[in-house]
Amino acid sequence: MPENTAQASNEALLDIQDLSIHYITEDGTVRAVNNLNLSLKRGETIGLVGETGAGKTTTALGIMRLVPDPPGKIVGGRINFAGEDLTQKSDAAMRNVRGKRISMIFQDPMTSLNPVIPVRDQIAEVILLHEKVSAAEALAKAEEMLLKVGIRSERAREYPHQFSGGMRQRVVIAIALACNPELLISDEPTTALDVTIQAQVLELMKNLKREFNTSMIMITHDLGIVADICDKVAIMYAGSVVEIGDKYDLFRNPKHPYTIGLFNSLPDIEKDEDSLKPIKGFMPDPMDLPSGCPFHPRCDVAKPICMQAAPSEYVNVSENHRVKCLLFSDTTGGE
Amino acid sequence: MLTNKVAVDEAPVGVNADAKPRKKRSQMHDVWKRFRKSRTAMFGLFIIIALIILALSAEILAPADAINPGYDIQDLGNTFAPPGGEHIFGTDNFGRDIFARIAHGARISLYVGFVVVSISMVTGVTLGALSGYYSGIIDNVIMRIIDILLAIPFLLLAVSIVAALGPGLRNVMIAVGVAGIPGYARIVRASVLSVREQEFIEAARSVGANNFRIITRHILPNCMAPIIVQATMGMAGAILSAAALSFIGLGIQPPQPEWGAMLAESRRFMRDHWHMVMFPGVAIATVIFGLNMIGDGLRDAFDPRLKK
Repeated sequence: MPENTAQASNEALLDIQDLSIHYITEDGTVRAVNNLNLSLKRGETIGLVGETGAGKTTTALGIMRLVPDPPGKIVGGRINFAGEDLTQKSDAAMRNVRGKRISMIFQDPMTSLNPVIPVRDQIAEVILLHEKVSAAEALAKAEEMLLKVGIRSERAREYPHQFSGGMRQRVVIAIALACNPELLISDEPTTALDVTIQAQVLELMKNLKREFNTSMIMITHDLGIVADICDKVAIMYAGSVVEIGDKYDLFRNPKHPYTIGLFNSLPDIEKDEDSLKPIKGFMPDPMDLPSGCPFHPRCDVAKPICMQAAPSEYVNVSENHRVKCLLFSDTTGGE
Repeated sequence: MLTNKVAVDEAPVGVNADAKPRKKRSQMHDVWKRFRKSRTAMFGLFIIIALIILALSAEILAPADAINPGYDIQDLGNTFAPPGGEHIFGTDNFGRDIFARIAHGARISLYVGFVVVSISMVTGVTLGALSGYYSGIIDNVIMRIIDILLAIPFLLLAVSIVAALGPGLRNVMIAVGVAGIPGYARIVRASVLSVREQEFIEAARSVGANNFRIITRHILPNCMAPIIVQATMGMAGAILSAAALSFIGLGIQPPQPEWGAMLAESRRFMRDHWHMVMFPGVAIATVIFGLNMIGDGLRDAFDPRLKK
């Protein structure tokens, strides 16, 4: 495994091309994810940032092929994972991927553990599902995983309600990493936790990720978390990635008006500000996306063409930094 | 500093000074704790345990003689003996000891209750779980069948099943069991519908569990509370229904000492020999009372909103 990863470290582990996921309801089609492109190398962590409703969670569920169907449908695009297109896999084949090669951590540890099963058994379940081991071996490995996330083995037989929120999220992390997956998707893993616990959990994830050489997609709306643990950032708006790049490049030199707006809406402790500077307006209704660039109604620097044409190509800002905005494309003369 | 915190927690067992042994507290454990606090529920439990002991020791309390089983030893010289003395509940029109018949009848009643609940619970829970989990066509088909079952009056259904299969204990149990299916199916379907939307089900799916595993291991254990309550109450109903069917002559055939059949037989002598009706009637009422007490207690114990 390790030499394998070293060999493949340069090629993408996950490469999503033009992924579109729609929820087809009687009231209309909710276009949750539209032509999304994303790629991730082995061992890399990418932060997926965007407002509520930007399609972050749908993207994550799409990778796992867990978008509730009906009404959700992957209507186009490819999800290449280690050379295979996940959108073409059968349900049975996907079950062998879930938990073993791709794991997911859910937002709320209070509800993502089964209340009637001791935590140790919940970890052992994943191991039993994917590895050919006896029940006793699985339980032993489960306790080992609990130790790794800092839970003593005498607490292993307790039930989720006997643990605090931070401890439960550690259990969830232990479940996610039990089979040593190649990709870990964390859907706002710390949103439900208070700040001190949040820092502990993030630290733990960072260490385990390094130990297991896992790639990670960190879904968050907290740019602080991105700065802390990610290598790359992808900014999502209305179901597609509008700007993607190396963390340092993107933080120092944000290009897309939406990204700039996001950074401006953070309070700056150095300046004595009376009010925050939010981006005006709201996220568009994904059932009725505006014509042209979906961001143009909220964009301060929109040009007439932005109302008609949607940007389709990414423009390279630097080698590791790309943006999808007509302001930078050649047809409109660039910046 | 943060890494330190993790490291402290990781200290091996025994090294940590404050590592108190913690009690394993399952949901069932909590429920039992709350159940124990309810006096009426404990009283019901006491009644049922006493009844189980009575049923188990029936052969000892009323042993068989050379020819007849313990409940059918006739003493035609001593019919209609009043309660007290040698026969504490008196004797019936054949001079049989009523206490012996009630003790043996307890076996039949508990057996009937158990088998009937098993039949309706297993079928009802399966149908309800499938229906709730896979909405759509499967749900529709199953629930319409359940609706049809519900549309037929219970006694009519039982009478027709017994008429088709012939009278006898086994067929009564099947009839009562089938009649109980809708109750379980509807309760389980409702719980499954709410449990399957919870995040831990999605989490189970995200680790690669298949539908069967999700239903049996993740959903059903979380629906146990209403199922257990329904089973307890249902057992009372089953015993009562079986007694009713025996009373109208469809169930147990003489000389089997079923309580309902005993009531039916003694009806003719009610005016002169009250004790013949009294004791089987009290026996039925007591067991139903006890089971309903337990059912109520369990319902309260399972509902955390009623925690004081």
